[in-house]
Amino acid sequence: MKKKYGFMMSAVLAAGTLLSACGTNDESSGGGSGSEEGDKNNFKVAMVTDTGGVDDKSFNQSAWEGLQMFGEENGLEEDKGFKYVQSTAASDYQPNLSGLVRDNYDLIFGIGFLMQQDIQAIAQQKPEAQLALVDSVAVNESGEPLENVASITFKEHQGSFLVGVIAGMQTKSNKVGFIGGVDSELIKKFESGFKAGVKSVNPDAEIFEQYAGDFNAAEKGQAIAGTLYDKGADIIYHAAGGTGNGVFTEAKNRAKNGEEVWVIGVDRDQHEEGMPENVTLTSMVKRVDTAVIEVSKQTMEDSFPGGKVTEFGLEEDGVGIAETQENVSEDALKKVEEYKEKIQNGDLEVPKTDEEYEAFVSSL
Amino acid sequence: MSILRGKWSAISVPLLSVALGLFVGGIIMLVSGYNPFVAYAALFNGIFSNTYVLGETIRQMTPLILSGLAVAFAFRTGLFNIGVEGQLLVGWLASVYVGLQFEGLSPFVHIPLAILAAGVAGAIWAFVPGLLKAKYHVHEVITTIMMNYVALHVVNAIIRTYLLAPGERTEEIHQSASLQSAFLESITDFSRLHYGIVFAIIGAIIMWFLLWKTSTGYELRAVGFNKYASEYAGINVRRNIILSMVVSGAFAGAAGAMEGLGTYGYMTVMPDFTGVGFDGIAVSLLGANSALGVVLAAALFGGLKIGALNMQSVAQVPTQLVEIVIAMIIFFVASSYLIHWISNRVNKRGKI
Repeated sequence: MKKKYGFMMSAVLAAGTLLSACGTNDESSGGGSGSEEGDKNNFKVAMVTDTGGVDDKSFNQSAWEGLQMFGEENGLEEDKGFKYVQSTAASDYQPNLSGLVRDNYDLIFGIGFLMQQDIQAIAQQKPEAQLALVDSVAVNESGEPLENVASITFKEHQGSFLVGVIAGMQTKSNKVGFIGGVDSELIKKFESGFKAGVKSVNPDAEIFEQYAGDFNAAEKGQAIAGTLYDKGADIIYHAAGGTGNGVFTEAKNRAKNGEEVWVIGVDRDQHEEGMPENVTLTSMVKRVDTAVIEVSKQTMEDSFPGGKVTEFGLEEDGVGIAETQENVSEDALKKVEEYKEKIQNGDLEVPKTDEEYEAFVSSL
Repeated sequence: MSILRGKWSAISVPLLSVALGLFVGGIIMLVSGYNPFVAYAALFNGIFSNTYVLGETIRQMTPLILSGLAVAFAFRTGLFNIGVEGQLLVGWLASVYVGLQFEGLSPFVHIPLAILAAGVAGAIWAFVPGLLKAKYHVHEVITTIMMNYVALHVVNAIIRTYLLAPGERTEEIHQSASLQSAFLESITDFSRLHYGIVFAIIGAIIMWFLLWKTSTGYELRAVGFNKYASEYAGINVRRNIILSMVVSGAFAGAAGAMEGLGTYGYMTVMPDFTGVGFDGIAVSLLGANSALGVVLAAALFGGLKIGALNMQSVAQVPTQLVEIVIAMIIFFVASSYLIHWISNRVNKRGKI
């Protein structure tokens, strides 16, 4: 196994950190697998990455970490029981997905809404295939859900609300910023949730929002962050993928010059991206790994959630604030817990769109 | 070794380069700890083992033929068209735009119209560097590269502003403009094989006919051999430079139409270049800038790219290794001078 030494190392390390963070691994998986070994070992699950690749420090990586954990827990062998296939170009999505269908995988994940078209096409061509689409809802021409696709979405607005609460509590200038990747329904959920969170705890705060029009333009992210910080914002929440890397660059440059500025990360715990200047206040994590594990489990237990939209929100631990909380004040954390409860109880409906946000603010 | 020189060298050097490229690729796999035999078997199976992958291979080679023809055509006039990528993008957008209009048109009118629009868009995009080269001697390599970026961002801006549909892309084109075919899909187990291959082959025939069977083609090639001599002989060099770029751009635009009308049926906001245009340079080089050579080289590269997916899935060899193999093949083709030199040395020694 020398060939994959480097990769295995990083995989083991990544899985290790996750496992240790999750606390004790339940022991039943070891004992339980004995009796059902035959059944479980026949299960084959795979994922197709988008062009970001499996080491993109974000979405795809998180999904693969989830799949690895699922494989380990159930005694599956890598490359036989669980594996990933990378796409180098958008035109690879379909042959990659289709190849796994022909290899009789029991469950195939398409990571990211970019694969929606291809998943929809294959689902209709191969009704016997079981597919899962992350971040979007697979439908046929008449807009009805496809019976053999499990659609996975996240309640990003809920997680964004919580980091908004932190921003609202900890801003000193009473001005915060939001930088979005591409102005779309998905990113609006981040924006509306965040703004609602800020306003809930700090009604006087001023919020600047701006879209970069791109998920992969770090230089734009940096320029916009510069503008927002110049306007007086001291905390910026970015929901902009690779563009967000520029936000970190700008914040770190300013931190070096003695300014006190913060960034709120997205998708994963982005604490590392803010080092060594330590500019990451917190991050809104989206647990793609949890979702991948959950849907894989259900499928293995013969309850594949095909045709359904499985939404991962606060209750399912699908979204939330990052585990690194050293920069978050005690008061803010208390407030976060308070609001978390309210959201879970249904006492508070977090807005997802501009209209819902307007209604939310006027009701405060 | 005489086979490496003379009239056979156009065939023997590329073949030897392919063999050497695969060989060096195999060594790299071995060094990285992969079994090259397993990997190449998976690669081979990934191209030929079933009708699906065969269909996908032909689908992949379709735009490669046209982008290869674009590079080769300009090269025959002594021009390096590095801007095929950008011309392809504007062609793609133009074909999709026409495909979105004119609902209810007959496919026999709509498809040629959309491809024509793509060709015209690519031609216009290539006309600018051609004009700059002819009038002001601005080097076409620089201008075409710059035009690639202009194309990428202009195309994205147009889609975002005027044609955006959910999912960061345009709407699907009307059925009457689509090259997709239920019949071809059914015989290839739902691959995305489409009728574009017919147009690509027609493109190759047009290139061959234009360059070798018309007096215009004779002039274009003469300029490529020696533009000063051509000028002395009374050929309008400027006109031929512009013409060559325009035709080259039209081929590149048509390559974009293959993606727009065939593979996808829409256009997405492009985060980055497709790479098809840049691969065209390699295809043209391996194909010795001839029409038939380009078709064969496109088949090889298309096959390698589709086979690589299976190689990754079955033998866990990263797809990047196929890119290394392709790079090696290009390296050996480009260093054909080296091969010639070695073969000359061996021959001389043999004679002495």
